[in-house]
Amino acid sequence: MAPTRDEQHWMYRNMVTSRRFEETIAKIYFEGKTPAFNMANGPIPGEMHLSDGQEPVAVGVCAHLTPEDVVTATHRPHHQAIAKGVDLDKMAAEIFGKATGLSGGRGGHMHLFDADVNFACSGIIAQGMGPAVGAALSRKMQGKPGVAVAFVGEGAVNQGGWHEAMNLAAVWNLPFVCVIEDNAWGISVAKSAATAVPTNDVRAAAYGIPGERVEGNDPFAIYEAAGRAIARARAGEGPSLIEVETYRLAGHFMGDAEGYRPEGEKDGLFEKDPIPAMRARLLKDGAASEEQLATIETEAEARVEEAIKFARESVDPAPEDALTRVFAA
Amino acid sequence: MTKSNERKLTIARAMAEATAQEMRIDPSVFVMGEDIAALGGVYGNTRGLLDEFGPERIRDTPISETAFIGAAVGAAQDGMRPLVELMFVDFFGVCFDAIYNLMAKNIYFSGGNLKVPMVLMTSTGGGYSDGGQHSQCLYGTFAHLPGMKVVAPSNAYDAKGLMTAAMRDDGPVVYMYHKGLQGMGWLGTEAGATVHVPEESYTVEIGKAKVVREGREVSIVSVGMGVHNALKAAKKLEEKGVSAEVVDLVSLVPLDRETIRASVAKTGRLIVVDEDYHSYGLSGEVIASVTEHDISVLKAAPKRVAFPDVPIPYARVMEQFCLPNPDKIVAAWEEMGTLQPV
Ligand SMILES: Cc1ncc(C[n+]2csc(CCOP(=O)(O)OP(=O)(O)O)c2C)c(N)n1
Ligand SMILES: [Mg+2]
Repeated sequence: MAPTRDEQHWMYRNMVTSRRFEETIAKIYFEGKTPAFNMANGPIPGEMHLSDGQEPVAVGVCAHLTPEDVVTATHRPHHQAIAKGVDLDKMAAEIFGKATGLSGGRGGHMHLFDADVNFACSGIIAQGMGPAVGAALSRKMQGKPGVAVAFVGEGAVNQGGWHEAMNLAAVWNLPFVCVIEDNAWGISVAKSAATAVPTNDVRAAAYGIPGERVEGNDPFAIYEAAGRAIARARAGEGPSLIEVETYRLAGHFMGDAEGYRPEGEKDGLFEKDPIPAMRARLLKDGAASEEQLATIETEAEARVEEAIKFARESVDPAPEDALTRVFAA
Repeated sequence: MTKSNERKLTIARAMAEATAQEMRIDPSVFVMGEDIAALGGVYGNTRGLLDEFGPERIRDTPISETAFIGAAVGAAQDGMRPLVELMFVDFFGVCFDAIYNLMAKNIYFSGGNLKVPMVLMTSTGGGYSDGGQHSQCLYGTFAHLPGMKVVAPSNAYDAKGLMTAAMRDDGPVVYMYHKGLQGMGWLGTEAGATVHVPEESYTVEIGKAKVVREGREVSIVSVGMGVHNALKAAKKLEEKGVSAEVVDLVSLVPLDRETIRASVAKTGRLIVVDEDYHSYGLSGEVIASVTEHDISVLKAAPKRVAFPDVPIPYARVMEQFCLPNPDKIVAAWEEMGTLQPV
């Protein structure tokens, strides 16, 4: 089933919000890190994994989700967090390590947790799988509505934990969907050098569940595939696996020289940037007017600016608060 | 050593050089891990190896730590000498069985009939706001479990010699290097770690601590980054007229208890600096090494400056609040003095 016009606008809005967010973060990330690049410095220290180019996966899937559904994400979580409805002010503040952040600065960009919309992350590869499967189990046992979606990179499917969780979800017939974002790279290692099969949809056969591969980083095709899988999960028919071809337009993390990429690969990817592509499609289909798109873009930009302003103006946590919240209150 | 033939290397380059030299003379040595080939390791410690030795011996792996560390155990038992990398020590959680139930125990289980000549190198340490899954040291976790030697260099000279010694060892060695000492500019770099490194191959004995600064009134014992904090603290103490000795453990397993005891017997006071968590770890072990041996040498209760028992927070102000630093070491000395004046 194709997305409605409203859903298409929602998808475009979230893609643009995500991209503007990443662009702004990228700019601020370099503050205090020039001329000498030292990760420890500046208003946003530590590693930074941007999601530029991967927005279609987040919106195509999350368009089918409500706040009560569960999502687990990875070390590259911003686009998914935005599409899941994580509070953008608090998310930005967390990335700045501020007291007003989602976790009061304890987590950081790889550990975004927003219980209000059932969103969580892990920076350990494939370790979002178990918790998502467990949330699906909990919903089934409690008879509560909702499905769980684990987003992982294509590199994660070679972790033992990934296979264990897939099998568990399948053998217990849980309302679970695994979405693989195949951006062709795990840091500097190409998918073809790390994974024994060219596409991971075939791995679904090992668990007796449906597997689909979506080519072309196309938000509409992703929407349709995710719609089938999530409807199946909601109907109690069990888990599904979806692998989406997507593009990592940024380095693995900020500061990555990307010397391992074949020459010209990046240029080719930028030509296939999914945001201008979706814009053109909305216009061509008559799904949105130039004016409507411009409004969405202005509003998205304003929303990002507002969130960044909130983050910048927020206070640092009290240093000794590091010692609090270790155990449940 | 004269200034003119000084050849300063970073720890990253020292590790790569030791590896290359060993690979040239021993065809059974090979390297595997994530991003260690074309990228040369996230922390630069395998840079240049792919060009010289090719992809058969310098192997990028899938993100499958259980498989490739387990595979290293099997290869080591079968005549190879693998050097494997666990990119961040924090990732041990997904593969610890291969490490502590296989790598560490197979020599013993075989009644000593097997050799497991492998090195597991892994990055440790925080201080650059990488959050609680990318900043830990976990010295105590590894050192606690029997069957593996554990080393942690504080400078490039030791880094090279320890790597060579580790590769020649017939049993498993966990080689824990600290990100902040690697000499990778993008992580900031402790200048004191980049030192003269001889060109020729040499070994640094595993299990031998070093007194890196002589002193009379307090022994500051540490490892890795902590040694640099200890040296800075010793300087500050000197300005206050206090003579501090600094012991670099170099090796956690075996632990050179003799050198620790000799130093404390001389100074009468002990401060242990540990970037790992406070409880159940290195700091307690070092103190116990002294107290269970001869408590009468102590003129004051020992002190530890360690990471509090909380997950490592992301926010800079919180993480820095938790990390050991020279001022905390000086403060520990001061508390010691007021508690028990000599
Ligand atoms: C268990 C574990 N091993 C290694 C890493 C280091 N690491 C972080 S991201 C990454 C690559 C992940 O590739 P992929 O799953 O394709 O996600 P992408 O970065 O492409 O989004 C690796 C190896 C980790 N975080 N956890
Ligand atoms: Mg990838």
